Amino acid sequence: MTTAPADAAIHASLKGVTRIYPGAGGNKPVHALGPVDLDLRRGEFFGVVGPSGCGKSTLLEVLAGLQQPTAGTVNFEGKPVMGEVPDGIGVVFQEDASFPWLTVWDNAAFGLRRAGIDEAETRRRVDDVLAFMGLKDFARAYPAQLSGGMRQRVCIARTLVLQPRLILLDEPFGALDAQTRLLMGDEVLRLWRRTGATVLLITHALDEAAMLSDRIGAMSARPGRFMDIVETHWPRERDSTIVGEVAFGEITGRLWENLRGESLKSLGYAGMAAAE
Amino acid sequence: MIATRRAADTLVILIVLVLAWQVLHQIVGATALPGPLPTLSYLAKFVPTARFWENAEATLVAFFYALVLSYAIGLSLGVWMGIHRLSGAVGEPILISIYTLPKITLYPVVLLIFGLSLSGRVTFGAMHGILPVAILTMNAIRNIPPVYLKAARTLHLSRRQTIVTVLLPATLPEVVAGLRIGFTLTLLGVLLAEMFAAKSGLGFLIINAMSLLQTEEMITVAVMLFLFAAVANALLLWMEHKLHRRA
Repeated sequence: MTTAPADAAIHASLKGVTRIYPGAGGNKPVHALGPVDLDLRRGEFFGVVGPSGCGKSTLLEVLAGLQQPTAGTVNFEGKPVMGEVPDGIGVVFQEDASFPWLTVWDNAAFGLRRAGIDEAETRRRVDDVLAFMGLKDFARAYPAQLSGGMRQRVCIARTLVLQPRLILLDEPFGALDAQTRLLMGDEVLRLWRRTGATVLLITHALDEAAMLSDRIGAMSARPGRFMDIVETHWPRERDSTIVGEVAFGEITGRLWENLRGESLKSLGYAGMAAAE
Repeated sequence: MIATRRAADTLVILIVLVLAWQVLHQIVGATALPGPLPTLSYLAKFVPTARFWENAEATLVAFFYALVLSYAIGLSLGVWMGIHRLSGAVGEPILISIYTLPKITLYPVVLLIFGLSLSGRVTFGAMHGILPVAILTMNAIRNIPPVYLKAARTLHLSRRQTIVTVLLPATLPEVVAGLRIGFTLTLLGVLLAEMFAAKSGLGFLIINAMSLLQTEEMITVAVMLFLFAAVANALLLWMEHKLHRRA
């Protein structure tokens, strides 16, 4: 291992990562991402914002080992990520991935049971995570009986129970209304503080990124690249009330300044963006 | 609670059916449709006889083979077309157009191939049952949300675990719905075959009784078939609801 001692602070990293989807049925190949370099510091909350279709989700899936990069390397805890999701990485997706044939409790226990964790330990960890996610009273309910926000919490619980050290969130609140989104943001901050895990959050909402993150990466239109990385300097103890702070407005303002042109590009107003 | 309410609903439906039967009987007369009471008393006499059971057995044997064929071929076709995209894209319109085709028009062909044998009735039954099973199985597999597969990978499931603990339960409700419709249509196919060309079976009994103007026997057999189909359907429907668990 050539890992220098200073790199102990780096939890995961992408080096020169690009992802090109081969063209199918006579279509041109799509250059979705990169090249991207990124170092995630151990224990930080990193937000990623960018116009739609800029490769944010591709970035997350490459980092998680769900997709192979076309070029470049991915490292997690000093080991290369190759073709499968490493132990210690948990992912929550934008779509509802709760299993409708299982109760909330069984959904949360799913990963532990497949991993062969013994029954007593499973019960302890599942009860604990359900209490933490505010799902205790719904343990026997089926996902279809819950709201979208609650179902997304079930998915978070199912991921948290495996005690991941790096949690990847792919627009988990994209389908929720704005108020619920702010409150779910508080929950994510709470779980980030308690677990001590490194969190990478993909979002299209600038306010969400500004409120939650220690650092925010602003991505360009496709092929996605980091144009700017903003440090927020928020205290570790924080919640959604910081949306009233002056600094919050400055951060979202800076992000929007970066992203406005890119968003226009991704919407096809290339000329307008160039004229400005 | 739900079970008692469902039982009550079933009872109400039965009473309404019997009343409608009585009313229709008053209108068309006993030569076409005997009333519920005379039919029931005939049923009590006729059902214990060997003649009824010999014919019931003939139907059940043909139905059993036809059902096994429907399920085996339907499930294999459905799984194959669900997993293999190109086969599904090519096969789906073909299956659907065959599904809407009245298969009775092909019965002469089946007869010319198999004659009056058991194989002919089995084939004709299976012709009805295969398509709904195949179509619904294919759709069940295609409708699996891709995010389930991604979730399975992030939860470190092996290939076998993914199939057994994610893909199977995700598709089961729709597959069972296909099996239920396949059951009903296979029975329909076998009975049709017996009605048109057979020397035994309950379908044959109905047509035979009709031509001899033994309307009570005709309706008795129909009632027994109705009971059989209704009980089987209720059982499969119960399974389906159990799998959906969306109370």
